[in-house]
Amino acid sequence: MIRTLTRRALLGAALTVATSLALAPLVTPTAQAADRFITVASTTSTQNSGLFGFILPKFQAATGIEVRVVAVGTGKAIRMAQDGDADVLFVHHRPSEEKFVAEGFGVKRFDVMYNDFVIVGPQADPAGIKGGKDAAAAMKTIADAKAPFASRGDDSGTHKKEKGLWKAAGVDAAAASGTWYRETGSGMGATLNTAVAMNAYALTDRGTWLSFKNRGDLVVVVEGDPRLFNPYGVILVSAKKHPHVKSADGQAFIDWLVSKDGQQAIADFKVGGEQLFTPSAGG
Amino acid sequence: MTDFGAAFQAAITLVLDWEGDLAEIVSLSLRISLTAVAVAAVVGLPLGAALALFRFPGRKILVVLLNALMGLPPVVVGLVVYLMLSRAGPLGVLGLLFTPLAMTIAQMILITPIIAALARQVIEDLWDEYAEQLQSFGAGPGRAVTALLWDARFSLLTAVLAGFGRASAEVGAVMIVGGNIDHVTRVMTTSIALEVSKGDLALALGLGIVLVTLSVAVNAAVYLVKDAAQKRQLA
Repeated sequence: MIRTLTRRALLGAALTVATSLALAPLVTPTAQAADRFITVASTTSTQNSGLFGFILPKFQAATGIEVRVVAVGTGKAIRMAQDGDADVLFVHHRPSEEKFVAEGFGVKRFDVMYNDFVIVGPQADPAGIKGGKDAAAAMKTIADAKAPFASRGDDSGTHKKEKGLWKAAGVDAAAASGTWYRETGSGMGATLNTAVAMNAYALTDRGTWLSFKNRGDLVVVVEGDPRLFNPYGVILVSAKKHPHVKSADGQAFIDWLVSKDGQQAIADFKVGGEQLFTPSAGG
Repeated sequence: MTDFGAAFQAAITLVLDWEGDLAEIVSLSLRISLTAVAVAAVVGLPLGAALALFRFPGRKILVVLLNALMGLPPVVVGLVVYLMLSRAGPLGVLGLLFTPLAMTIAQMILITPIIAALARQVIEDLWDEYAEQLQSFGAGPGRAVTALLWDARFSLLTAVLAGFGRASAEVGAVMIVGGNIDHVTRVMTTSIALEVSKGDLALALGLGIVLVTLSVAVNAAVYLVKDAAQKRQLA
């Protein structure tokens, strides 16, 4: 009995030690994590392309502020910022961004950079649109040919852009959902994986496409339409709506992004020798 | 097929280059899941035992409910925890969203029912066997809870391991409440999801191989400890 009791006490002690060991790092921040940090709600395109991994260390070295990026679709990112779960919003759908500021959730929108969207599709090109410059006409041809098209279907910036193009093409793609038009309801990378597996066409931002590693048979088939322009904007979340927002550090990040150093860092980011984003602040 | 070969290569490279990001991700994964398991065990084991021993109205409904909760969808748990911890939610002032603690809470909610439900079954079977004996010693259900938990400790270990398995393997909940922030809330499963979305399937599968290996290692360690303890008990 006594032996059992001692053993129980020992086990109890061991459990306590193990638990506190496991808990300790959760409550006290780790040594590497900076005390000063801001949370940025951004899009999968900026994260997956590797841009943040390239420019954020430069910003942290300059200011000591750590930037924590939560990369989701533009729709979700805006929702996060509206709820006050981010200090800065960094997305790519201008009408939504302007609405965000107009409704008082954001302080001011700054131009940061742009790239463009491209339509990718199978090498064999069943719809015969390769080399075209008119995105809407190309999408009309895809619809007429009933060639498979993989859509984000997730209310992201890219999805919003795609819906705009279908409208311009006069095609009711949503009505064909489940047939040749396939909504994946997931991020850009996941949608490209699906498109590769189905040999489907898809609309993607060039940054994600250039850094995407599982291209399979897909190639860029349509590019260069002015309608495929893809500007990114950055907005500080308003402290009037959410008093806990780290306005000073958040604004410091925005100031840096649009500064000479920040713009240079964006221009310096290359994948396979190709520049992915063109800085556009103040322009 | 090339992907599988490349995946094993990626896994080996990852492990050889240990001091890189992998060590940080692995240790955060273990810390979060082990903490969640420890708390879930402290809550779930007595809960399961109590449900096995005490008789009260509505007990059967509670048992069915607990069994059903074993199948809680991680995405739903993640979403509920997200809405609670969001600045716009009731616990928003704590500022816990996108922290490892939020991920621990979500996992804890996921696995406490698993541990409790499995513990209830184990203890109930044992109680059927020993009820008479324990009652003849004058031990009521209250004291029987501790006695049976101790007697069943080796079987209960499997319940706890089932909880650990669920915690370390799930991605839906931690992705939503953690946000997969590099160096802050990125764990094994969310890294795998991220690499898949980047189209780097070989690296994703390589990470998967590391995760499975890790899970085997944890289970082997527990098995060895249990085996040694059982032998000592017999000796």
